[in-house]
Amino acid sequence: MLQKIYDWVDERVDITPLWRDIADHEVPEHVNPAHNFSAFVYCFGGLTFFVTVIQILSGMFLTMYYVPDIENAWRSVYYLQTQVAHGQIVRGMHHWGASVVIVMLFLHTLRVFFQGAYKKPRELNWIVGVLIFFIMLGLGLTGYLLPWDNKAYFATVVTLEIAEGIPYIGEMTKTLLAGHPEIVGAQTLTRFFAIHVFFLPAALFALMAVHFILIRKQGISGPM
Amino acid sequence: MKKGKGMKFVGDSRITAEKVRFIPKDYSEYPGKTEAFWPNFLLKEWLAGSVFLVGFLCLVLAHPAPLEGPADPTDAAYLPLPDWYFLFLYQLLKYKFASAQYFVIGALVMPGLAFGGLMLAPFLDKGKGRRPNKRPISVSLMLLGIIAVFWLTWEAASHVDWEAKAEENRPIPPGSTVEIDTEDPGYAVYENNCLSCHGGQLEGVAGPALIGMEYSVEEIKQIAVEGIGDMPPGQFNGTEEELQQLAEFIVATNEQAAEDH
Repeated sequence: MLQKIYDWVDERVDITPLWRDIADHEVPEHVNPAHNFSAFVYCFGGLTFFVTVIQILSGMFLTMYYVPDIENAWRSVYYLQTQVAHGQIVRGMHHWGASVVIVMLFLHTLRVFFQGAYKKPRELNWIVGVLIFFIMLGLGLTGYLLPWDNKAYFATVVTLEIAEGIPYIGEMTKTLLAGHPEIVGAQTLTRFFAIHVFFLPAALFALMAVHFILIRKQGISGPM
Repeated sequence: MKKGKGMKFVGDSRITAEKVRFIPKDYSEYPGKTEAFWPNFLLKEWLAGSVFLVGFLCLVLAHPAPLEGPADPTDAAYLPLPDWYFLFLYQLLKYKFASAQYFVIGALVMPGLAFGGLMLAPFLDKGKGRRPNKRPISVSLMLLGIIAVFWLTWEAASHVDWEAKAEENRPIPPGSTVEIDTEDPGYAVYENNCLSCHGGQLEGVAGPALIGMEYSVEEIKQIAVEGIGDMPPGQFNGTEEELQQLAEFIVATNEQAAEDH
């Protein structure tokens, strides 16, 4: 039955090359921890992706309860945390996932760096990876404000002060992020929410797509 | 690789006349055994992922995500701190060579050089050798960067009393007033010993709020006598019986508050 469906689709859109790209390839021995346990360092990239998927899914469920508004943001998080069934677990996954993803990204970056795997022909993919790192830091920065508790508010005030201190474009940058040159308030929260939930994830997905396509196209770097 | 401009194509197609493509080395050329990704390797990845997920969920269950009280812009005493992975940048801005008139160096030049260097690593480190001992400069710069980041993070985090900070900023919904039983004999004791710092509604003034605590009667008795965090010892002056009444009053009020939510 499955084979028939596959054949039916394949006959019309020729999906076999796509399937070959995604799944039908060999895994060399030097990246396979089953052969050589020290190859576990090659897992960090995959684990980063795994935690990213956890972040996307838990974040989607959080938006079912979260209200991006200064009157209700904190209350909605408090309600989620104390009243909603498994709300504490979903929020906990998103909170801890944000830290774990940074740790995994860091380890993955170190693996690639110390193995010199960014050398020709993989320079472009290294740059894409560093950009993904920046996007993740941006997601952490904007997500930190959303519960609208004291640590969120004051951390954002400091962040915006630092942005303001940049010569020439500082005040513009601050106004762009905060929605107002002076006030850190309702506009700031909605802007950070929009950046956290729409702008940065969109950039992240595009960069991740490029990252993975380049890996499949260039293959994993050879043994040292 | 050939540049796009001078390329010749076969008729009206995307197939190049001269086929000089970059083809990565076939894995069968590498020494050792290869394994099919689907389904053999994927099954093992799945297992490793499950183990990781179990560990992650244990972390989530053991430590609920923190939440402090709702944002209060008038709280001038609040010590602002970013999330832990920004602490190193935050710490950098505290040093003399990176703050005040040198702010641009701390906020822009130093992080810019570090992260710019990271991004352009493949173009700065162009040698053929991949092993760390073949490229001493880039590897030692990276090690230096890692040490600096760890050290700065440690410097920023080690001076903060995280437990006291969490204790002073417990999440209490705004406008939720607990009914205080002023007839309770414990309240009279509270009035004499604790009210000046913890407020008439247990809402916290100079000291933290006493609503939303999970201390037992025994623990509260101990804290009242011996102090905790910023609270000095010897705040309680009274008999053992009054101490018991005070602790029971605070616990009862907390239970009442928990039921109201």
